[in-house]
Amino acid sequence: MKLALLWTDILVWILVISLLTWGWVVSRSPQVKKQWHTVFKSSIAMASAIILLFYLFFTLLDSVHLRFSTQPTESTSEKVQYQEDMVSLLDLIFAHNIESTERTYSAPFATHEYAKSIVVDESGVTKQEYLPLKHVSQNDDIMMRSLFAIVTGLMISGFLIVLHILWRSRGNFRDELKNSWQGKTTLPWRTAYLTTIFLVVTFTWFYTLSYYYHVLGTDKVGGDVLYQSLKSIRTGVLIGILTTLIMLPVAVILGVSAGLFGGWVDDAIQYLYTTLSSIPGVLLIAAGVLVMQVMMDNNPGWFETTLERSDLRLLFLIMILGITSWTGLCRLLRAETLKISQIEFVTAAKAFGVSKLTIIRRHIIPNLMHIILISVVLDFSGLVLAEAVLSYVGVGVDPTMYSWGNMINQARLEMAREPMVWWSLFSAFVFMFILVLAANLLSDRVQKVLDPRNKS
Amino acid sequence: MSSILSVKDLSLIIQREKLLKSVSFEIKRGEIFALVGESGSGKSLTSLAIMRLLPDVVSVSSGDIKLKNNSLFALPESQMQKIRGKSIAMIFQEPMSALNPVMTVGDQVAEVIKIHLGLKKDAIKKKVISLFEEVALKDPHERYNWYPHQLSGGQKQRVMIAIALACEPDLLIADEPTTALDVTIQAEILKLLKKIRAQRNLSILFITHDMAVVAQMADRVAVMRYGEILEQADCEAFFNHPQHPYTKSLLKDAMGSKEDRETGGEPDRLLEVEDLKVYFPIKKGFFQRTVGYVKAVDGVSFSIPKGKTLALVGESGSGKSTIGQAILSLVHITDGTVKFENQNLGRLSEAELKPYRRKIQVVFQDPFSALNPRMTIGDIIREGMVSLGVGPKDRASQDEHIKELLLKVDLKAEHAHRYPHEFSGGQRQRIGIARALAVEPELIICDEPTSALDVSVRSQVLKLLKKLQQESRVSYLFITHDLSIVPTIADEVAVMKEGKIVEHGSMLNVMETPQHAYTKKLLESAPKLPNTK
Repeated sequence: MKLALLWTDILVWILVISLLTWGWVVSRSPQVKKQWHTVFKSSIAMASAIILLFYLFFTLLDSVHLRFSTQPTESTSEKVQYQEDMVSLLDLIFAHNIESTERTYSAPFATHEYAKSIVVDESGVTKQEYLPLKHVSQNDDIMMRSLFAIVTGLMISGFLIVLHILWRSRGNFRDELKNSWQGKTTLPWRTAYLTTIFLVVTFTWFYTLSYYYHVLGTDKVGGDVLYQSLKSIRTGVLIGILTTLIMLPVAVILGVSAGLFGGWVDDAIQYLYTTLSSIPGVLLIAAGVLVMQVMMDNNPGWFETTLERSDLRLLFLIMILGITSWTGLCRLLRAETLKISQIEFVTAAKAFGVSKLTIIRRHIIPNLMHIILISVVLDFSGLVLAEAVLSYVGVGVDPTMYSWGNMINQARLEMAREPMVWWSLFSAFVFMFILVLAANLLSDRVQKVLDPRNKS
Repeated sequence: MSSILSVKDLSLIIQREKLLKSVSFEIKRGEIFALVGESGSGKSLTSLAIMRLLPDVVSVSSGDIKLKNNSLFALPESQMQKIRGKSIAMIFQEPMSALNPVMTVGDQVAEVIKIHLGLKKDAIKKKVISLFEEVALKDPHERYNWYPHQLSGGQKQRVMIAIALACEPDLLIADEPTTALDVTIQAEILKLLKKIRAQRNLSILFITHDMAVVAQMADRVAVMRYGEILEQADCEAFFNHPQHPYTKSLLKDAMGSKEDRETGGEPDRLLEVEDLKVYFPIKKGFFQRTVGYVKAVDGVSFSIPKGKTLALVGESGSGKSTIGQAILSLVHITDGTVKFENQNLGRLSEAELKPYRRKIQVVFQDPFSALNPRMTIGDIIREGMVSLGVGPKDRASQDEHIKELLLKVDLKAEHAHRYPHEFSGGQRQRIGIARALAVEPELIICDEPTSALDVSVRSQVLKLLKKLQQESRVSYLFITHDLSIVPTIADEVAVMKEGKIVEHGSMLNVMETPQHAYTKKLLESAPKLPNTK
């Protein structure tokens, strides 16, 4: 067994580490710390953040890939041979679901297939009947199992919460517990705990039952929809955050230099983004994706497994999205820099002979931070939705990759069936909806707190 | 005489905090009643309460306002809308933001007449033209079709007055109507208001912070502080025998003080400016060709000796701030020389300029934008020391030095760890001065350092600047439009108009016996306090 990280895995982990570092740096500045404290004073923001953390948790679980060695057929061979496919931690957790593929569609919690099949029984009579599902036990006490799952979920979440209260109370556990229960803490921890309990219990319930049922049904080729939806989280979140990561430096560097230096620098950058933003986005992305497709077909040596191939395609898609989506933020930052560079504290710094770079670092970027943060959080939900739209149109991620867009794309035919197969679309929709809603609610709050114009 | 407006025991609260504490006054027909106070004293809130335009969070806890014996608080909103504009009209401080930029000024006046008087189209236009004539707007027929951006600040204020007068109100509320205007234009507007008062027998509630304007305009005066009226009196009595100690100090601060200054200083000139020209190119078209120049500064010469102050006086747009920027080498000098200690600064590169950056510093007009809101006071003051390598090098002794500086400008040492938004305007201006002092400059360019401040704070800052000059023999180039502070601070005065210095001489000569016509006009326009003891 060895660790086999994909390109996107590496980027995700770099991002998480830099986020943590940023959090640590921020926690040392009392002003910024206070601002974020204010952000999370709203219970909606707190609940949204917990939900986003859950999504991030699944993304990270799905971003550690392993390759198992094949069974050594000849013990003499010196080199360890590895299996063709890579497996993530999430795959390991849901290994039972991957193996238990059915023949075709089945509804959530169903014991039989969704459509009748023609069978020839022993007596030679041809009949049409609903076949039982292979991996679902037919006589099962669903209530008992649910009860067990819920109790387990409560215990897990209770354990997490007790740990957190212990860490927060620093010795005075009893008071802290009482305060949290009565909602008297400065931050709405009660909301946070309730959200955690709800999420953990729901997940344990789904997970326990997924051993005995297809909780969200199966798709056309019998794959488990719950597993697909969970795998799609990584694709959605990745496109949301990695695109921003690529777009951000471009937008900040170009926007600030255009605003501060003016003259021909400003002209060049303005012409660049005006040109770029006047080309229809979808057209540009489609062209980019096609070029990349051809390139990948010509260079099969770039990847060893199909997973690597689809990952590379995802990475290219992220880059293309990043390259096409920096113009909006750049324009905003240019205007704001133009404004700030005329303010007197910048003139004062110039009178002190402070270098341009220091002026940018110390006086301009900190005063742009609220715009950057707000647009990052807003762009995130936009990009998650963009992935779904692009995959639906056919220029998105690799068709073999699990993504909400691909699920919706498949659902196009399923919705036309009679009776309708609704659960694929429904699952993709619910998972995506919760993520985007949480991101939007949080960004609303962030915008309200960080935008200085909202302070009266 | 009958009273038009009577305010009785008016109290306003926000949550549980009292904003106004039982304010009472009466305004008689044809009277100009001045409400004076510093920012935050509650004078604008009083006027909003009269119009019933208070923000939702503020509520009236007690009291009543009567307009010609009708209680305004008892009226339903629909009735109140008829009163606003028709019986009570209002003009604001900022004529730029009070007019709609996409409507012609004529239409904006016509709109008010249409709503309140319901005249026919032709009659409306005739009325607008006659109003424009009344407020002395030139070429009223032509101006009717102009947009606000085509008018100057003073003309816009005239349009605002025309709108206010359109429906022949009983009461005109003027909320700092001249604060944003230059002295000469201020004088014209004040004259206009007095004329209209006389013609129409109009009552005016005049809200201002400027004692000199009050002296010139008001029949009766009320002084407000912290939401209370401290003193109410007839204008003459008010200025001759102020009762309340706060009023006395306010009047004293407004007067300024002329101090005897030693004349015939030493000859060593610190700064010499010779035939300075700063032209800004006007660029047009796709290739940004230069089609002409704005002559912001056009051949200016002066010099400042060590330890002395030159006041550069002029109205907005006269190029006085540009001179400051040229001395700081922040704008490109078209022609002429700026010599500091006999070194021509215009010839130096940014690196060669660095030692001179230390010697020339600047204090700005707006204390709110002069400090980076994301830096602590300590870091703001430290920035120049680090950048120019002045003072101690290690952090601990820098902190010590910052503390000393804060104490020097009458702030507290622990303020170093706070952020700018926690300070008032006057305190911020002190921080700005401390920042300039940190690099031990020999010349400080003060670009309107007191114009955004209240009277009492203004005199404190001026006192501080003078104290610092006596201690460290620093020279000031004091850029201002406010003639009333010139005697307090200046040794020499230069008067600027349209990029040129029209008159230059010692403070006494210029202020007492002005030679140039423009200087005379400026001095006449400036509202004066009556000469009390």
